[in-house]
Amino acid sequence: MALDEYKPQKGGSELGSEKQGFKVVGTTPDRPDGIDKVTGRAKFGADAYAPGMLHAAIVRSPHAHAKILKIDTSKAEALDGVKAVVTRADFATGLKGENWNILENVMANDTALYDGHAVAAVAATSALIARDAVKLVEVEYELLEHVTDVDKAMEPDAPVIRAGIAEKSVPEGMHPNVVRYHESGHGDVEKGFAEADLVVEDHFRTEATHQGYIEPHACLAQLGSDGKGEVWCCTQGHWNVQKVCAALVGTETSQLRVTASEIGGGFGGKTAVFIEPVALALSKKANRPVKLVMSRSEVLRATGPTSSASMDIKIGMKKDGRITAAEGTFRLQGGAFPGAPMEFSAMCAFACYDLENVRQVGFDILANRPKQAAYRAPGSPMAAYAVESVVDELCNKLNLDPIETRLMNASKEGTKASYGPRFEQIGLVETLQAAKAHPHYTAPLGEGQGRGISCGFWFNHGGETSVSLALSEDGTVQLAVGTPDIGGSRASMGMMAAEELGIPYENVRCTIADTATLGYNEISHGSRVTYASGLATIKAARDAKKKLCARAAAKWGIDEDAVVWEDGCAKPSGPNAGDFDPLPIEKITRSMGRTGGPIVGHFEATPEGAGVSFATHIVDAEVDKETGKTSVVRYTVVQDAGKAIHPTYVEGQYQGGAAQGIGWALNEEYIYGEDGRLQNTVFLDYRIPVASDLPMIDTVIVEVPNPGHPYGVRGVGETSICPPLAAIANAVSAAAGVRLRELPMSPPRILEALEKQSDG
Amino acid sequence: MSKIHVTTTVNGDEVEFLCDPRETLLDALRDKLNLTGVKEGCGTGDCGACSVTLDGRLVCSCLVLGAEAEGKSVGTVEGMSEGEELHPLQKKFIEYAALQCGVCTPGILVATKALLEKNPDPSEEEVRYWLAGNLCRCTGYDKIIRAVLDTAADMRGDA
Repeated sequence: MALDEYKPQKGGSELGSEKQGFKVVGTTPDRPDGIDKVTGRAKFGADAYAPGMLHAAIVRSPHAHAKILKIDTSKAEALDGVKAVVTRADFATGLKGENWNILENVMANDTALYDGHAVAAVAATSALIARDAVKLVEVEYELLEHVTDVDKAMEPDAPVIRAGIAEKSVPEGMHPNVVRYHESGHGDVEKGFAEADLVVEDHFRTEATHQGYIEPHACLAQLGSDGKGEVWCCTQGHWNVQKVCAALVGTETSQLRVTASEIGGGFGGKTAVFIEPVALALSKKANRPVKLVMSRSEVLRATGPTSSASMDIKIGMKKDGRITAAEGTFRLQGGAFPGAPMEFSAMCAFACYDLENVRQVGFDILANRPKQAAYRAPGSPMAAYAVESVVDELCNKLNLDPIETRLMNASKEGTKASYGPRFEQIGLVETLQAAKAHPHYTAPLGEGQGRGISCGFWFNHGGETSVSLALSEDGTVQLAVGTPDIGGSRASMGMMAAEELGIPYENVRCTIADTATLGYNEISHGSRVTYASGLATIKAARDAKKKLCARAAAKWGIDEDAVVWEDGCAKPSGPNAGDFDPLPIEKITRSMGRTGGPIVGHFEATPEGAGVSFATHIVDAEVDKETGKTSVVRYTVVQDAGKAIHPTYVEGQYQGGAAQGIGWALNEEYIYGEDGRLQNTVFLDYRIPVASDLPMIDTVIVEVPNPGHPYGVRGVGETSICPPLAAIANAVSAAAGVRLRELPMSPPRILEALEKQSDG
Repeated sequence: MSKIHVTTTVNGDEVEFLCDPRETLLDALRDKLNLTGVKEGCGTGDCGACSVTLDGRLVCSCLVLGAEAEGKSVGTVEGMSEGEELHPLQKKFIEYAALQCGVCTPGILVATKALLEKNPDPSEEEVRYWLAGNLCRCTGYDKIIRAVLDTAADMRGDA
């Protein structure tokens, strides 16, 4: 969209929403943390200091796979200013399951499993001394064979990373590095392929990428000999940090209080725990607070990038565009630990299509790489890349319009999803129709340009949620939620509370509470915050309204049920209507000490109605056939938000996901050398999109309400990264006539494909 | 290890600190002067989160030694507003939602302020290339570019 045409969207339509006539929802007020963030006042993970604080640094393995024969810390301990050195011996023993995996990742035991794996840590009076001390820790290694490639890790001669941990479901005869297996679908794919006029089958590969949040992981931790401790850290889920840290350092969960700092981006990468237990162990040993901040190269080498993937896709289609069968195999390596989201790849792959015959299988594979973590719709973008590339190929070969073909096959309400359940009210068709109607879809293309289309899907999530809404004596509201605010969610929560209570947005202050203040809150992940904490906020406000009405009823001497809440006031209703003047919120709260005490609304539950989310992206790409460089020249995101609480922030989620997808498609990749070491460990070499790489990113907010949320909200954070990989690959194919089946579509790969094309 | 005594001006105030000869200006500003609005995103001059001005010139403070600030004038995000009155860029960034997590924001504000001082009427392309050294991972830059161009128009007095 041209710059001068831009106007912030106002929340679009209210198609069949439970609630109509919103006053606050759908507007675009300023975020409560806005001034803090433009003045430098906002405190992020590394911005906390404590009296007597030490600085820590971590000793990391330079080897991809090695036995740790001996760690000699004596020289480091002897350095002036060093106060503590820890190794695995300083952590809890006897852990099982995922806690064992996390501990093994946080601090290696007898084997270094990837380049960058932590083996020891030091705390000293300055960061410079800590870094000097790291160099004095002597580690003796015995090198082992390593493997970093997903396909090679499955081959019979691949080194075994951890024997005997494969789940029983893994088919017999597979390499021990294959640790989990998934299979789902319905119908008869062989019958479906036999009915097709054209079957396209292809192999695709995607490299691992990193979330690339600009703020490295950081924490400040204190743990006393009494087992009581405090942690300040940048995390997407501080209750999870509390639970994991307590297990890893061997204290009780409730003895640790964890406070979430402002968080400088996460995108899934800050759902995992890496450094907090290390800082706690050092603090316990030194008996002083310890600050631990990762460097950028530590972030890239030793946090949680995505899986890399190897995928086979087969789709059969009739001449008119009807898909008769679809089949996919998804092999994902997730580092040296189980957990690669191959089941999400498999389940998301064909979710956009209403299919009679579909089958998908997934393999979770170990390799000598860091333990993968979530990254925006984990597993879905690579699957969408492979599937939507094949759909594009079928449309090209059968001379079909890509949007019409997708509309013909689109999942809708009542469709049996490729992964099992029947869809409730969903908005895929509406995104396709909006894309078709968008001027971008029919705009003329320039020389050397091509247009690509792709759809994308993500489940979205609810999860354990606890919210408290306390009324102050002046009628203003303190709203405490437990989901760290990554992109402006405090504003959305404040808006929902204001909407429900009928008070101005400015009268609500939303804060992210620490672990001592609320019940358990699941991590800010799965696009759950605006859905689940939003639902919790609305329910907590309704709880408070009920209590406010009860106070008014008592004052008036009428039945509680005869009082309604409207426009920030209690009003008598039914037979008593008009008998008493409306009682504004502040009149009730001013006397609440005398009428029954503090008024607080609560919500504690696990909402399970997170509506699934679909998107359709349109992209124009230009390929320079001399250099192989691809430029994205126009981009439009169309996505179903259910109901956009703060439309500008919804647009931001759409744009951010698209930009990350552009990086994944064109530039970003983990590059491992023959020695198994990561070769691109700084932003200069791991190149995320910069401002001059991107065009304006146009957005269309479609609103098909989610029946599982009082206002119809669907999470919007993750789906936006699902379509870009395929949309760009399809645009490149249209622009240059070459189909790239491996990401990233870097200039050398494009040139190679162009050469093959001219040879062929 | 002997430390270096540095006298410098930060956001108009004269300040002094002692620093290790290896200590960066970034660390000195944060750890010695408590100016934690200056952020470290990479430590290698690639992300621009630590952008400050040094005698009016835009630099990555992670690539400058603390000792090099001797006798110079340093400008950080903390010095952008006049008391309670935010700089026009600061206001527009909030209004346009030109920030999500906000960790790149201080560096981007310092960088764009320096741009508008040199070039009050930049094109979209000029803003994009000027900001190519300031990484933002949340926004896709769209709203940042719009906020900067609109601020520039306001500051020029265009309607």
